[in-house]
Amino acid sequence: MKVPARAPFARASARGATALALIAAAGCRGIQSALDPAGREASRIAGLWWFLFWTCTAVFVVVTAALLVALFRRRTAQSADPKRGRALIVGAVGATAAILLLFLIVSVSAGRAVAEPAGPNVLRVQVTGHQWWWEIHYPGTPDNRDVVTANEIHVPVGRPVLLELTSADVIHSFWAPNFHGKKDLIPGLKNTHLFRAERPGVFRGQCAEFCGLEHAKMAFTIVADPPEKFDRWYESQLLPAAEPATPSETHGRDVFLSSPCMFCHSIKGTPAFGMEAPDLTHVASRHTLAAGTVPNNRGNLAGWIADPQSMKPGNHMPPMAMPGDDLLALTDYLESLK
Amino acid sequence: MSTPRERPRKEPEETALPADGERAELRKSWGTPAGLLGWLMSTDHKVIGKRYVVTALTFFALGGLEAAAMRLQLARPENRFLNPDLYNQIFSMHGTTMMFLFAVPVMEGLGVYFVPLLVGTRNVAFPKLNAFGYWIYLLGGLFLYTGFAFNRGADAGWFAYVPLSGPEYSPSHRVDIWANMITFTEVSALAVAIELIVTTFKQKAPGMSINRMPMFVWAMLVNSFMVLFAMPAVMMASGYLALDRLIGTHFFNPAEGGDPLLYQHLFWFFGHPEVYIIFIPALGMVSMIISAATGRPIFGKPALVLSLVSTAFLGFGLWVHHMFATGLPQLGEAFFTVASMMIAIPTGTQIFCWIRSVWGSRPRFHTPFLFVIGFFLIFLVGGFTGVMLAAIPFNLQVHDTFFVVAHFHYVLIGGAVFPLFGALTYWFPKLTGRMMSEKLGRWTVALMFIGFNVTFFPMHWLGFKGMPRRVYTYLPEAGWSTANLIASLGAAVLAVGVLLFVINALRSMRAGEPAGDNPWAASTLEWATSSPPPPWNFDRILVVPGQNPLWHEKELSHVTGLRSDRREVLVTRPLDAEPDHRAVLPGPSIWPLFVALSITVGLVGTLWTPWAVVLSGLLFLVTMTAWYWPKGEPTGKHPVTEP
Repeated sequence: MKVPARAPFARASARGATALALIAAAGCRGIQSALDPAGREASRIAGLWWFLFWTCTAVFVVVTAALLVALFRRRTAQSADPKRGRALIVGAVGATAAILLLFLIVSVSAGRAVAEPAGPNVLRVQVTGHQWWWEIHYPGTPDNRDVVTANEIHVPVGRPVLLELTSADVIHSFWAPNFHGKKDLIPGLKNTHLFRAERPGVFRGQCAEFCGLEHAKMAFTIVADPPEKFDRWYESQLLPAAEPATPSETHGRDVFLSSPCMFCHSIKGTPAFGMEAPDLTHVASRHTLAAGTVPNNRGNLAGWIADPQSMKPGNHMPPMAMPGDDLLALTDYLESLK
Repeated sequence: MSTPRERPRKEPEETALPADGERAELRKSWGTPAGLLGWLMSTDHKVIGKRYVVTALTFFALGGLEAAAMRLQLARPENRFLNPDLYNQIFSMHGTTMMFLFAVPVMEGLGVYFVPLLVGTRNVAFPKLNAFGYWIYLLGGLFLYTGFAFNRGADAGWFAYVPLSGPEYSPSHRVDIWANMITFTEVSALAVAIELIVTTFKQKAPGMSINRMPMFVWAMLVNSFMVLFAMPAVMMASGYLALDRLIGTHFFNPAEGGDPLLYQHLFWFFGHPEVYIIFIPALGMVSMIISAATGRPIFGKPALVLSLVSTAFLGFGLWVHHMFATGLPQLGEAFFTVASMMIAIPTGTQIFCWIRSVWGSRPRFHTPFLFVIGFFLIFLVGGFTGVMLAAIPFNLQVHDTFFVVAHFHYVLIGGAVFPLFGALTYWFPKLTGRMMSEKLGRWTVALMFIGFNVTFFPMHWLGFKGMPRRVYTYLPEAGWSTANLIASLGAAVLAVGVLLFVINALRSMRAGEPAGDNPWAASTLEWATSSPPPPWNFDRILVVPGQNPLWHEKELSHVTGLRSDRREVLVTRPLDAEPDHRAVLPGPSIWPLFVALSITVGLVGTLWTPWAVVLSGLLFLVTMTAWYWPKGEPTGKHPVTEP
């Protein structure tokens, strides 16, 4: 990706490199695959698929064989007998109906299994779709332990997660194929979607309902962690933003707070509380930038700030024209927001 | 050559050739004036049917170019060939074109051309309405593509979900043009449906009782009834959308109490039957081609007909399977699972009947039949994935992914385009008087079959691997690159196949082997007249003695007493096709074009102002008055007993 401001920032952070490796592994390890389930629901559905697949394959072979015989077989006395044909067809239609009935039973039972009630231990996560990013909110009331983040959902392995889905603009669809099928995010409605992670890992999902210009670049990350690790992450997200530790970071914060950034983004612990765009309180802890468009590293971050329209043309973030020093400092500051 | 194809058949011209004087009279009363004006005035169903087919195939080519552009863009990850804005326009235009401007009209065009021939009459029931239907379709298509040329191509997908397509998120005229184009094409589809229903019920040749109707006529009849019930739903959806956009009615605006899901219900109440509207005529074609290739009647005709009818009914009961992910109540959704799965029963019945029809017949493997074999293999796969998609949990995984893209292309290209190309080859001699090249035809089938499967089969896998549909690009790390590249290469092969078909058709039109009346030795009435047929279709209206009139042992008798000095057709009773009365059909008229133009003024003008409706209404009033202005020539009912 050609980003003008990239050259001075070519040094990728260790975390960025990890993220890149994780995304790179997508193909082989199947971090975005319905056939490599990491959750109870996706496993059940994959099982359903393989059943449907093998049954249909068998029927396909039988019907194709019948067709080939019909095409190339010589005329016989039997082939002219309409009664025999009728009986065969009635039998074949009966078999079709029987297979369909079987499919229905298997499908409904899979449907019931993936729709089991969550139980009291459920983790609620509110997901709001925006053109073209995901707002993630863990409601922590009444203890005021809310966590707000974007484009990245952390879940504890083994505990059911109930997503509460809605949209701030157009219809989107939440799809993390390793965990479950899709559920739409519809403005004015609240949908729920329940899944349970069964193994730890970093997975990818993306919007599945066409939602406008950058539908292709509206992805998210799901991090499934063992419960203790998840709890640590949750605690870290509760903290306000890290204070600047270096003069450059301090300057960066000043740049942020004196620029239009703060009208759309919020950083907890600072006066920035814009709600239009992703919360940046812990932006440096996330795996990707711009809703799964690029790995989150220093180069991409600076490039994104300087020229977001090049990475994701048409997204709602305007380019920020600022002197090189300011950009460097701002990047330093945002990089410090672990 | 096996015997059934040499069974004695009727050559009506030789025995029933009317006097040259009568032919001249028929030519005078059924002809179309020469010149451009005459060209614009034609109400001959064959002329109009051909226009539909040629226009629809032109749109097919445009839709194909759009598909090619998409495949180029997706051939490699992060490709910069198309920007997202253009890509979104192109995929929306591709879907819109293929569904509204190609698939439905091309089937209707063949219906308009062949239904009157197949039932043995001289024109459709409402010839001026027929001309109007074509003009409004053409104008709608031109409207959409003019918009595209000015960077106003539809960009919200072929089903244009609100709120994305609403005034807030699609402020430009792109969606306005799309929504009004829907109205154009649906008016056209309704016009054709009405003509074909009335033609089928009232103008069958005497003796062609309803059980003797050829399969393609049955298919078009069922198709027409589906159009009557499906199209109003989408016109409501697109009409409400247009009103939301034009005058802020808030039908679909959630902020004002509107409901975005209502749009989806209305759209898919049309959208799913739409698939069968495209597919059912193709099933009729398959039966016709099989019967001709095997030289014997199709097996299990009552079962085939009942399958078509039950498919049509079930087709209206499964729209919600496009909406499983919207969070509707599960128990309600399960009903739609059942309906979606049940559709496999009539479809299976037809496939079994066809296999039985071919069984042991040693069919002729000419090009139309090869297309039918391609249809079988591809459509089976599409049918299976269709049944799978009825299973809600599975549907939720692959919905809106490339798996679904693969599925509906297997169904629509395999289930409709292959039979269509087969039917075009089959009927080409009737349309032009010449045969298409068999050698090129075989190459076409092979290239299309291979190209199609190489393009679309890998897409199933891409869907499982997480690739949603309608994405203009993807990351190299996603692991989708190889499958996408294979798909793009397959698309090139498919395109070469289609191109070869076009070359074959253009060459054969001029230099093909002369066909004669009935080159396939088929049994239906369209082969009982010259190729191409004269403007009056049949010198004599034939009497149909059985299921397969041209395979009948005895010569066909014909009707006498029909006047040749005016456009008179015999009207028969709907079920038993007993002669009822004679009717005089209207001749050439320019007013259908002007009525279509008056409506166009409204549908184009409302892009800018609601007052266009008033202007259009006035123009409509004037042109309709002219349409109905009495010409001093008696039209209407005449008892058959009159000498």
